[in-house]
Amino acid sequence: MSTQNLSNDQELFVSGHRACHGCGMSLAVRHILKATGKDVIVVTPTGCLETFTSPYGYSPWRVPWIHHLFENGPAIATGVVAALKAQKRESERVVAIGGDGSTFDIGFGSLSGMLERGDDVLYICVDNGAYMNTGGQRSSASPIYSSTTTDPAGKRSLGKLQKKKDLPTIIAAHGVPYVATASVAYLKDLQKKVKKAMGYHGARYIQIDSTCPSVWGFPSDQTLEVARRGVQSGMVPLFEMEDGEVTKVRKIKKKIPVEEYLKTQKRFKHIFSDADGREEIQTIQALADSNIERYGLLKKTAPQDAEVQD
Amino acid sequence: MEITIGAVVQGGTSLGYKTGTWRDERPILDMEQCKACGVCVSVCPDSAVHVKGETYIIDYDYCKGCGLCGYECPADAISMVKEEK
Repeated sequence: MSTQNLSNDQELFVSGHRACHGCGMSLAVRHILKATGKDVIVVTPTGCLETFTSPYGYSPWRVPWIHHLFENGPAIATGVVAALKAQKRESERVVAIGGDGSTFDIGFGSLSGMLERGDDVLYICVDNGAYMNTGGQRSSASPIYSSTTTDPAGKRSLGKLQKKKDLPTIIAAHGVPYVATASVAYLKDLQKKVKKAMGYHGARYIQIDSTCPSVWGFPSDQTLEVARRGVQSGMVPLFEMEDGEVTKVRKIKKKIPVEEYLKTQKRFKHIFSDADGREEIQTIQALADSNIERYGLLKKTAPQDAEVQD
Repeated sequence: MEITIGAVVQGGTSLGYKTGTWRDERPILDMEQCKACGVCVSVCPDSAVHVKGETYIIDYDYCKGCGLCGYECPADAISMVKEEK
């Protein structure tokens, strides 16, 4: 990394936003905008990102930005694309950045429509696995056995009982040209994927694992450490899909057991204190192992033709 | 504050809100140990570490004291100390 002069003069997402200490999402957004450059219009559905960047009179965005309802992010993005086309403004592109609540749940219908029409939008989901803006309610992106405020762990509850929705696969099934997953643990990789996605036209999707110290329950200095462990355990597979096929995966250098990831976070604390906890950990380990197998995340299991990326 | 038509706000105006007041731990950068790798600049969620010529500067006006720069620094050049108020 060069010692280029980076100050707020060069940033497109500046200081003074009101994200929590060590927020993974704000870090992701900073790097997304570094990759897209200034000629973008950003559309943000309701969520943490909208809340912490929009107290009236205090905007950290140095690109045009619009907030609208929870459910219609992709539809608004489609409208902005249509307006740019009508005005013959070809140098500007549209990027939608939403959280997992609006992407996986509330705006999913609208998103599916945008993907099916193939509108020229890069949709990025900054996924922190629950509705953090309102205190951490369950979303369909919350991982299994995580404790959320709507299914809290307790004497008779193990937290959420369902698996995380496999949204990248659902999106790829729409026949879009580019789908990728990234993590705040690997910021260069994240920027590279955003740049690559900007090289395509049509609907594209990137899902970024954005760690959340406040609601996942870990110290604010470990935002990247927790994200790294997610990737290294196989819980967060990083891959790229072009025209529906997995074409690149980020290899796991040294595989760690899922406990090493789970024990860093308070939302999984109950499965360690519970006497039957071993079973839950084994279930989660099986999910991580199936990710590793499916995407070929270890060197031995690389699928044929997939390019290896360390 | 004046409300504009369409509630349009100028970009970059959040610089008027100093999030440094949230901090309870202050990162101290030791330039003797610093290898100028730029990791702290890259990982700051608040864009509060800057490069000025040969030196790195932590902008205490905006640094919230999350400690991420100190945790990630490969040269252990950043230490966190309790903020005195």
